[in-house]
Amino acid sequence: MSEIVPIGPFHPLQEEPEFFRLHVEGETVVKLDIELGYNHRGIEKLAEKKSWDQVVFLVERICGICSTSHPAASVRAMEDCAAVEAPERAQYIRTVICELERLHSHLLWLGLAGHFMGYNTVWMWSWKYRETVCDIFEKITGNRQSYAMFKAGGVRRDIAEADIPWIRSSLDGLKPAIDMFKGAVMDDPVLHSRTKGIGVLTRKQAMDYCVVGPIARASGVAIDVRKDDPYFAYGWVDFDRVVLTEGDVFARAAIRILEMYESIRIIEACLKQMKPGPIDLQVKEIPPGEGVGRAEAPRGEVFHFVVSDGSNFPVRYKARAPSFVNIFANEAACVGQQVADAALILAAMDPCYCCTERMIAVDCGTGKAVLSGADLIRISREKTDALKKRMGAA
Amino acid sequence: MGLKLYALTKSPWVYHLSVGSCNNCDIEILDCLTPRYDLERFGVVLVGSPRHADALLVTGNMTLKNIPRVKRLYEQMAKPGVVIAVGTCALGHGMFSGSYTAPHTVDDILPVNLYIPGCPPNPEAIVAGVARLLNHLRGKG
Amino acid sequence: MTWNQIQSAIQKRFGDKILGWREHNKIRIYVDIDPEDLVEFSRFLFHEQGARFIIASALDTPRGGVEIFYHFDFHQLPQVLSLRVFVKKPDPEVNSIAGVIKGSEWIEREIAELLGVRVRNHPNPEHLLLPNDWPKGNFPLRRDA
Repeated sequence: MSEIVPIGPFHPLQEEPEFFRLHVEGETVVKLDIELGYNHRGIEKLAEKKSWDQVVFLVERICGICSTSHPAASVRAMEDCAAVEAPERAQYIRTVICELERLHSHLLWLGLAGHFMGYNTVWMWSWKYRETVCDIFEKITGNRQSYAMFKAGGVRRDIAEADIPWIRSSLDGLKPAIDMFKGAVMDDPVLHSRTKGIGVLTRKQAMDYCVVGPIARASGVAIDVRKDDPYFAYGWVDFDRVVLTEGDVFARAAIRILEMYESIRIIEACLKQMKPGPIDLQVKEIPPGEGVGRAEAPRGEVFHFVVSDGSNFPVRYKARAPSFVNIFANEAACVGQQVADAALILAAMDPCYCCTERMIAVDCGTGKAVLSGADLIRISREKTDALKKRMGAA
Repeated sequence: MGLKLYALTKSPWVYHLSVGSCNNCDIEILDCLTPRYDLERFGVVLVGSPRHADALLVTGNMTLKNIPRVKRLYEQMAKPGVVIAVGTCALGHGMFSGSYTAPHTVDDILPVNLYIPGCPPNPEAIVAGVARLLNHLRGKG
Repeated sequence: MTWNQIQSAIQKRFGDKILGWREHNKIRIYVDIDPEDLVEFSRFLFHEQGARFIIASALDTPRGGVEIFYHFDFHQLPQVLSLRVFVKKPDPEVNSIAGVIKGSEWIEREIAELLGVRVRNHPNPEHLLLPNDWPKGNFPLRRDA
C-alpha cells in the first residue's frame, strides 16, 4: 500500500519522530532510517466493504497525483478476473487519460525538484504549464484531479469529437514549453553539477530493491509495463522506451522530461486512431477467482490483485503503488552522499509528491538532531548558489 | 476586533499540513500559489513553521500516528489563529469512513473555523473559502 | 529468455514440489507450493530466471489458515507468476525471503503486522505502517477484525 506523506515546498518540518532520518558523520550520510505509517488509511480493508464499482473510486484516492493509474490497474485486475476486454474506443480513451496524467505528474515533479534546488522559476513555469493539462482533464472528465473515468468493462465518459481539435492544439502549445524545460535542465552547467553523479543507484542495487518506473529505467533496468505487458491501447501505438544507465539524479530528471514527449506522441496517436463505438461493456458481475492488474504509473508499476467469491464485494484487495518499492531504495541512494544533496535525492525518487516532509539529519556522535527538513532544503539551495558563483553563472 | 485579529485578516500567514491525505487537496492548495490563482495577492503566504502562522490549513483523515504531532503543532501556533479544514477527508472522512487507522475526524482534535468541501476543492474554491473566512472575521459577513 | 524456456526450467528443477500449476490465461500463472520450499523457489526465480519480485499479498481464509501469494514477473515479458503458499492458523508462520530478495523486506513486515503471520528470520521485524503502540494481537486484515 502506498505511503505518501505530502509536503509542500514550504512545508511543515517538525522536531519529533521522523519520516526520513538521516544519520550523518560530518557532511556525509551514513545511514537512512525510513518511517512510514503517517498516511496509512487502511484502504485494503475499506475495499472489502465497497462494491466493485465503488472500489475504483476508493483506489483513485490512494494518491492524488498518479490517481488514474490505480483505477487503471484496478479495472485491469477486475477484467482479468472476469476474463473480459473493454471495447476498443474505451481502451483508447483510457490511454489518453493515463498519458495526460503522466504529463501532469512529470510537470509537477519538475516544479518540486526545481524548488528544492532553488530554481523557483522552474517551479512556477512548470506548474503554469501543468494548468493546461488540468484544463484538458476538466474538459474531458469534469474534474482537474480525480477523474472518475474508469470502470470495469469501459469508461464512464466519452471524449467528444468536437473537443478533439482543442485538445490537440493545447498539446501543441505544450511542446515548446517542454523544449524549454529540456533546455533548462539538460543544458544548465550548474544543474549538471548539482545532479550528475549524485544519488547513484547502480543496476544491481536497482534489481535487488526491485525498483520500478523511471528510477529503474535511469539505472539501466529497461522495464515499462506499457511495453512489457501491453494494456489499453499501448499495443496499438508507437512510442519509445526511455532508458538511461547512469542511475543518478540527472538521469532521473532527464527520463521524466523525455517521457513527456512520448506521452504527447501517444495521446496524438490515440486521438487520431480511435473510431466511434461503444465505451462500456456493462459488466454485471465479477466471477469467483483471482485477478492481476498492472499499469505504468508516472512513478512506475502499479500492481493490483483482487480475489473474488462472485459476490458484489472483493474478498481481498491488494494495491501496491510503485513508491512502496522505490522509497526503500533511498537507503542505497542516500548513503555515502552529502547532506546538502539529501533533499534532492529523496525528491528524485519522486515518492509521490515528496515524502520529504519529516526529514532530519542526526549527528551520529551525539544522536541529536542537528538539521531539520527545512534546513536540509535550505542547504540544498545554498549549494546551488555556491556552485553558480563558482561557475560564474550567478 | 482586537489588533492581532485585524492584522491576521490583512495578511494571513498559513501553515499547511496533511494528516493522512491522498495529496489531491495539497496540490490544489499549492496550486493557489502558482501564477493562475496567485493567493499571494491577498497577502497569504505559506510559512515553514507553525509559530509564524495565523492559520492552519489541514487536509486528510487524521490518522492515529498524526494526532500527537498535530496537537503539538496547534499549541505552537500563535494565537489568535484559525484552523481551516480542506477537502472531504478533513471534513468527515468521506469514503475513508470506518478506517481502522483514522477513528477521529479533524474537528474531534482541532477547533475548526472553516470547512472547504470538495474532492479536491479546486483552487478557486479554496481562495473563495479563505476570503469568506477573512470577511467573517472582520465582521463583514 | 522466453516464457517457454522459463516455464520448462521451473518445472524441470522443481518437479513434484509444484503442488499445483494453474494458468488463468497465457499471462497469469498461479503455482501452489509448500511453505518450506518458498525460499528455494524465490531464490531460483530471482537469481536464475531473471525474475523481479513485484509484491506479496496475503489473505485470511475461512479454511483455517492464511494464503500468501508471492508475485513475480520476468524481464520484459508479460507473464506474472504468483507462487501461493498456505500457512495454518493459529500462529501462522513463514520463512522470510528477504535474505534472498532485498526488495521483499517491507512487504513481509506489512504482512506480519496486518495479518499476524510470523516471518521467521526477518532482518527488521518492526511495525511498518501501524503505530508502535498498536494493540498486540490486533491484526486488521484478519477476517474477524
